Formats: sequence, structure tokens, C-alpha cells
Amino acid sequence: MERERFMKLLPWISTPLLLIVTVVVWKLSTTAFDVSPFVLPPPEAVAQTLLEFLRQPDTWLVHARITLVETVVGFGFALVTGVVVGAVLGRIFWLELAVRPLVVALQVIPKVALIPLFVIWFGFGLTSKIIIAAILAFFPIMLNVLLGVRSVEPGHREVMRSLNANRWQTFSSLDFHSTLPYVFAGMEVGIVFALIGAIVGEYLGGNEGLGYMVVVSLNALDAPRLFAVIILLAGLGWLLFFAVNGIKRFMIPWHESVIETGIS
Amino acid sequence: MSAVRETAGARAVPELELVGVEKIFETKRATTHALTAIDLTIEREEFIAIIGQSGCGKTTLLRILAGLVKPSEGAVRAEGRSLWDGAVLDTETVNKLGIVFQDPNLFPWYSVEDNIALPLKLRGVDRKARRARAHELCELVGLKGFERAYPRELSGGMRQRTAIARALSYRPAVLLLDEPFGALDAMTRERMNLELQSIAAATRATVVLVTHSINEAVFLADRIVLLSPRPGRVRSITRVPFPRPRELDLETQPEFQDIVRELRHQLDEDA
Repeated sequence: MERERFMKLLPWISTPLLLIVTVVVWKLSTTAFDVSPFVLPPPEAVAQTLLEFLRQPDTWLVHARITLVETVVGFGFALVTGVVVGAVLGRIFWLELAVRPLVVALQVIPKVALIPLFVIWFGFGLTSKIIIAAILAFFPIMLNVLLGVRSVEPGHREVMRSLNANRWQTFSSLDFHSTLPYVFAGMEVGIVFALIGAIVGEYLGGNEGLGYMVVVSLNALDAPRLFAVIILLAGLGWLLFFAVNGIKRFMIPWHESVIETGIS
Repeated sequence: MSAVRETAGARAVPELELVGVEKIFETKRATTHALTAIDLTIEREEFIAIIGQSGCGKTTLLRILAGLVKPSEGAVRAEGRSLWDGAVLDTETVNKLGIVFQDPNLFPWYSVEDNIALPLKLRGVDRKARRARAHELCELVGLKGFERAYPRELSGGMRQRTAIARALSYRPAVLLLDEPFGALDAMTRERMNLELQSIAAATRATVVLVTHSINEAVFLADRIVLLSPRPGRVRSITRVPFPRPRELDLETQPEFQDIVRELRHQLDEDA
């Protein structure tokens, strides 16, 4: 019991400690090894920039909102299409067999290499970034759903069959619940991928978004600002991931991935 | 006079009936003759145990009784009505059967009470009635206080109790059990056997139990059907004379052990 409580508290103690250690090592390496502030700015310079950001949110909030919109809208498209395509391919075996080589071929394309193409096709605005975010998030979601609809336990199916359940009942009481954990596994990967897509898209074209701020800071050789924007991006990624994770905890509280880690 | 004859007539219709049942499984690589010439009549409220070596087709036999497998030849009747009309299953008849598998097969996303009430939900029973029935059954199978628990929070024995309660939820006339306690330890198993006996008595259900434990069969059953393997056929039907309910120390009595010995002898001869 004592041990169990300790295990529950452990991450809450270890995380701040690790953060402090990181900052200390960071500070030490800037002073002890005489690293150029252009390469590694001291932590206080970055903190200074972050404080400025806090004081003047209008310098970055617009950009953050742009990146957020691109990521969330792209992710939304990926979720809908990923679930539909994954479910259809999972249920219709011959169709999956027919398109499998194509899917694998598309999957192994380093998709960020396509970004310049999308910029040419859809311009420097939001559309090209939304499409990139959607494409990056689509594959993990679709593949997880495909696996999920095929992973319904035969024993569970047999129960439904022995109870004379019709198609709709079998779906709503069995397939839906059984596939949800896979949907969420895909979503957790997908949301991070969508953010990556949006940012890389902003690197390459346009004049808005946090990715654009990264490029501007780089061109100005403003290392503290670069670091500060990266930290903002990390915060955005964290926010998005935990939003998905929170929905998951609410939707499938029964699942292993949600059960609080105890020692058995 | 006619009333008497009618009662007698109603009694004469057996709960379950297998006539000349054959089952042949055909796959690309092999043809398996699983069951042959099975004739079996099971009376109302009777407790039947089916034993035999592994691979003798006892599970197939139970699945045929449950309507999950269609026999290649022969007829399956429940209360005189055929289970199959050509290739079509008579769902109304199957709805009178409750089946418990070797694995509890509970849905991890449902609580104990939702698992138990699942068959009622599928039948369109309203929420309140479902809950009332689930609570009633939790009490019957010894799960009181666990209604809101998820299956993962239960022990193996409790999971199987939940599965039994689920099969009982719609008050089936027949309870079909496929080695339901096979995965449980010996002590839990003994206790579950006692409980199964009292559940059978309380619900007045006809029970067909597939088991590989001779002791379990003799302890619980009115009649024991012993299957010979490949292809499975009824080798013997043994009537167990002890009145129900039975107590655990029955197993130490010589008459009990005589039956066990005779059945074991028959099983060994088949091997």
C-alpha cells in the first residue's frame, strides 16, 4: 500500500527534478565550455524571451492560433477519413488485398518531401498545411483502425451469435467498443504527426504560424527567440496530445492503456 | 381423463432431442468425421453430463445443441421443434437456450451488471428491468457487491459466474455448459460445482454439461453420456442414482466411486 502510493507520486516528483537537472546542465555547459550564445543561448536569455512573449502575447498568439487551426483541422480530416477507410479495408478483405501494395507504397514515401508540391498546388495559405497535417495523421489512424476492426475476439463474436444479435447490435455492443482503443492509439500518434506536418509546412512556405516564427528567428540568428518558439511548440504539442489522451480516458476507462499503473 | 392425457402428452415431449446426428468437418486439407449416429433424448429439468477424451467431439455436440453448428445429417429438436429449417436457424427456439463457453468471454467495456444484462438489452428489455434482473442474478451467483466492477477486476471464478449469470438472464429453459470451470483451480472448481447444482435447482433449468472430469460428471449429473472418439459416438449412458441436491462427501462413498471406476475403465478402453 505504501509502495503503491509512492509509485503513484513518483512521476510528480521525478519530472520537476529531471527538468531542473536539464536546466542546470544547460546552464553549466554554456558557462563551463564557453559555448557561443548563437549556438546555445543561456537559459536565462531564453526565459527572458519567454517572459517577453508573456507580456506581449500579440506577437505570437496569432501564429500559435494559425498552427493550432492547421493541426486540428488537418487532424479532423485524417480522423474521419482514417476511420472510414480503415473500417472499410478492415471489413472488405478482397479490397484490402487489392489496394495493399498501393497503401504500402504511399506509406513509405517520406511525406514531408511532398510538401513543396502541395505548396505549388494549394498556395502558401492554410490549405496546403492542413492537407499536409491530414496526410501525415491519416496513416497511423487508418492502419490502427484496420487492425482494430480485425482484432475483435472470436469468442466475443460467438457470444453475440449465440444470443442471436443482429448486425447493428453486434456493431454497437461489440465491434464499436472493441475497435475504440485502436482508434485512440492511432489518434495519439496522429495528433503529433499532424502538428509536425503543419510546422514543416510553415517552414517551407507562407508568412504565418509558429513554424514561420522559427524560420524568422533563425534568419535573424536570434537563438534565444528560436529556443523560446520551440518551447511554445512543445507546449502546443503537449496540449494537443493530452487533449486526445483526456478524451481517451473518458471514452474507454475500462481499457488497459488507461488503468492507472499499480504494482501487481 | 383428457386433461391427464394432455399432461402426460406434454411430458412426453423431451426438452432436447438429437436424432441420427452426424457431423463431418471438411477443410481443404482434411475431412474430419466428428460425430456419428448420435441419438440422445434429454428430459425436462434433467442434468446431463457429456464426457469423453479430448477430441471426441463433445464440444461439437454441445455446439450442435446450441445451434452454433449445423449437423451434417440428422435432426436437433428443442421441445419438439426443429432447430434448423433447411439452412435457417429457428431463432425463437434458440432463444430458449443459454450457453456458457469454456472462456467467460465477458466484454471488458461493460460492468458486471451490463455484461449480465446484455442478452436482455438485445431483446429490447428496458434499462430498469435489466438492472433489476442483473442484481437479482448477482445475488444468485454470489456476485453481490460487484455489480459495477469491470471484468478485469474479477477473479477467474467470478468471471465465470458472471458468464453463467449472463446465460441465465433471459431465463432459458436449457443451460448448455462447455467445460465452464476448466480453467479454474481445483478448490474453486469444487465450490463452483456446488453452486452450479443449486443454480440448476433454483432455476429449474435443464442442464447439459460438457466436462473432462469424471468426478464432476458423477457428482452433478442425473445421466452421464460417454462419447467414444473418432468419430464420436455414444458409447454408454450411465444413470447416477443419488438424489439431488448432493453433498461433497458423497464423493467418498463406495457407490460413487464404483461409478467413477466403471466410467474410467470405459474411457481407458477407448484410449
